[in-house]
Amino acid sequence: MNWEVFSDPATLALYGEGLVTTLSLLLSSLAVGAVLALLLALALTGSVAPLRWLAGAYTYCIRGTPLLIQVYLIYYGLAQLEWIQARWDDVWPWTHFKDPFFCALLAFALNNAGYTAEMLAGSIRETSAGELEAAQAMGMSRWQTLRRIVVPSALRRTLPAYSNEVVMMLHSTSLASTVPAMLDVTAAASRIYSDFYLPFEAYIFAAAIYLSITFILVGIFRVTERRYLAYLAPRRA
Amino acid sequence: MDGYYLSILEGAVLTVGVSLTSLAVAVALGLLGASAKLSGNPLLAGAATAYTTLIRGIPELVLMLLVFYGGTIGLINLLESLGLDPNVDINPFTAGVLTIGFIYGAYMTETFRGAILAIPKGQMEAAWAFGMGRTQTFWRITMPQMIRYALPGFTNNWLVLIKSTALISLIGLHEMTYRAKQASAATREPFIFLLFAAALFLAFTSVSLWVLRKVNQRYSLGTKKVQL
Repeated sequence: MNWEVFSDPATLALYGEGLVTTLSLLLSSLAVGAVLALLLALALTGSVAPLRWLAGAYTYCIRGTPLLIQVYLIYYGLAQLEWIQARWDDVWPWTHFKDPFFCALLAFALNNAGYTAEMLAGSIRETSAGELEAAQAMGMSRWQTLRRIVVPSALRRTLPAYSNEVVMMLHSTSLASTVPAMLDVTAAASRIYSDFYLPFEAYIFAAAIYLSITFILVGIFRVTERRYLAYLAPRRA
Repeated sequence: MDGYYLSILEGAVLTVGVSLTSLAVAVALGLLGASAKLSGNPLLAGAATAYTTLIRGIPELVLMLLVFYGGTIGLINLLESLGLDPNVDINPFTAGVLTIGFIYGAYMTETFRGAILAIPKGQMEAAWAFGMGRTQTFWRITMPQMIRYALPGFTNNWLVLIKSTALISLIGLHEMTYRAKQASAATREPFIFLLFAAALFLAFTSVSLWVLRKVNQRYSLGTKKVQL
């Protein structure tokens, strides 16, 4: 093993740059994914049949195919269409497709939305009937019940499953390294490997970074769950 | 054009092969890991906990690159120090199967551990009272019941496992994702081949779900269905 390269500030700066990309990809795809997921979950549990089928088909396709293919479809598929390339210099939504970060973000957010929507829908379906009846008895409308009772409680009850999904998403961001011109932690490691021919050291260092972020995320969720799921915790003797 | 579809279909056979081989590795490691965690031996349990925690905290892709690139160099160094001919190559199939098997072994460990814990302890004690040995108890008592408890988790792990084999294309295994990408680059048709590969994956996951549902029905025979 040869760890000398890692005392070079340039190496650490490379990993640092990768870390920034990884974290910003993670946070932005989680944010976009969460909004989409909530809408999809409402469609999945709603009473409008066509919307339910559409949302169901969406989550089925997203969850049934590998993320790598989804990334390829967006990066090598959509972004290579002449129709989009003719517009990506000046027409607004399409200008983003020039940016590899946007392509990766789009793929991750769409993927994340598919998984999170099913979890949320599961929690919404499990809302206890008594809570809904109480809300109706109080004279709340459907929308009020949804906004005040169903969604807040479902969001909380999804937390444990969602923490797994967030860790999965962190690991999925390593696929950004398959998009040329993206420098995340994995891509930084690949560059160190090819520059110095040190595969063990380069990838173990990257693995240690991911492991630390994973532990931090798990810790954050443990605190959050203690705060927001306190009312469901077993009573202490 | 048809040639490309055929080539992707050939890749699909490889994908299934890689998935099933990795699954065998993962199930073996999962059983070992679960028995280590439940063995009561602190050393074994600690090792198994370290295994599941570390593996589940690191992205599959990073592990795969580590095994493929690092493993080759490690093997060459090892052979050289033993004075053997260091002219070896870890092929992508082996590296892929080992990495994926190793990773999902960690997830299977947790699934199997939970399943074994779900079996009432009295059953094993009864088996021991009948004079059955440890292996006999495992095959006759634990295993058949464990399958039912482990199936939901096993199903999830298997679905994720199949999809993660697409990553092996990144270390150069000519499976279906690799061929689809090559075909779309060669024909400048960005969508059709990738969508074809995606549809095949969807078919695999759908068939798996159907089969595992049947297996679940088979192993749930004689148990009461609970409805809220």
